[in-house]
Amino acid sequence: MLDADFFRRWMTAAAASVDREADRLTALDSAIGDADHGSNLQRGFTAVTAVLEKEAPDTPGAVLTLAGRQLISTVGGASGPLYGTLLRRTGKALGDAAEVGEEQLAAALREGVDGVMKLGGAAPGDKTMIDALVPAVDALASGFAAARTAAEEGAEATTPLQARKGRASYLGERSIGHQDPGATSSALLIAALADTAEADGE
Amino acid sequence: MSEEKLVGIVLVSHSAEVAASVGELAKGLAGGTTAVPVAPAGGTEGGGLGTSAELICAAAASVDRGAGVAVLTDLGSAVLTVKALLAEGDELPDGARLVDAPFVEGAVAAVVTAASGADLDAVEAAAVEAYSYRKV
Repeated sequence: MLDADFFRRWMTAAAASVDREADRLTALDSAIGDADHGSNLQRGFTAVTAVLEKEAPDTPGAVLTLAGRQLISTVGGASGPLYGTLLRRTGKALGDAAEVGEEQLAAALREGVDGVMKLGGAAPGDKTMIDALVPAVDALASGFAAARTAAEEGAEATTPLQARKGRASYLGERSIGHQDPGATSSALLIAALADTAEADGE
Repeated sequence: MSEEKLVGIVLVSHSAEVAASVGELAKGLAGGTTAVPVAPAGGTEGGGLGTSAELICAAAASVDRGAGVAVLTDLGSAVLTVKALLAEGDELPDGARLVDAPFVEGAVAAVVTAASGADLDAVEAAAVEAYSYRKV
């Protein structure tokens, strides 16, 4: 079973990963976006770890809801409301249980991803974070490691796609040949989840 | 008329200057003496280009007179942030609404309509209708 501390460690791992990869995310974003994805997420997840430490929410749902709200407040770009909605909707779906199982998490994450699709209007194949998140949630039934692999493959598979959402879509065919920064950071988030579970021996 | 509560208008842009200027433009073109509550929420809190949920919530609170608040946005994260805040349910005032309208023309239509004492539905309708003003 996964408790609030597991989810706090997931967010801390995600923050560390975004810190490490911020330059790469911004470089990807400078090719087809406005070159702020790495720094925006860095600011957001730094604020997330700070608020989780300060308020110490005591259920998995509360951890993700607070983290999501904090991302919406602090990121300053489209990834704020998108990742914020992902975590907040997932957190709400987990309710106020003190511990949740992997299946419950998979179902809640599915609701979160659905919330992101509804908010941004993106579907699989549009070259967005959805292209990493949907395969990850699909694979989660087979375990955290499978979800990580699916997310990474999904992110890599955005390279030949033409962007149909967000600023990159203004580039039309010129968006082809670049890996999507949002799908890349989504893969980092799922990898952080898998790392946290592995460290736990889940 | 002066007894009526006026609909508030919030203008959300990636740029602080754009949000403030469009507000001035709309109020200027509305003319008249009725003080429609209009608040810009432009850029990030640090003064850069982007969207700030905090500035949006503060702007909405400042123009809420109890008749509803029409929120107009430019694009991208401005739209998504307002939608995410509305989905949250408690950070924006009751009766706050994202209005699907072109930013400049919609702001002018919204402020002019709000100045007449119209309700939120009418303000929204006027702003949305601005999409249909063809220029060619």
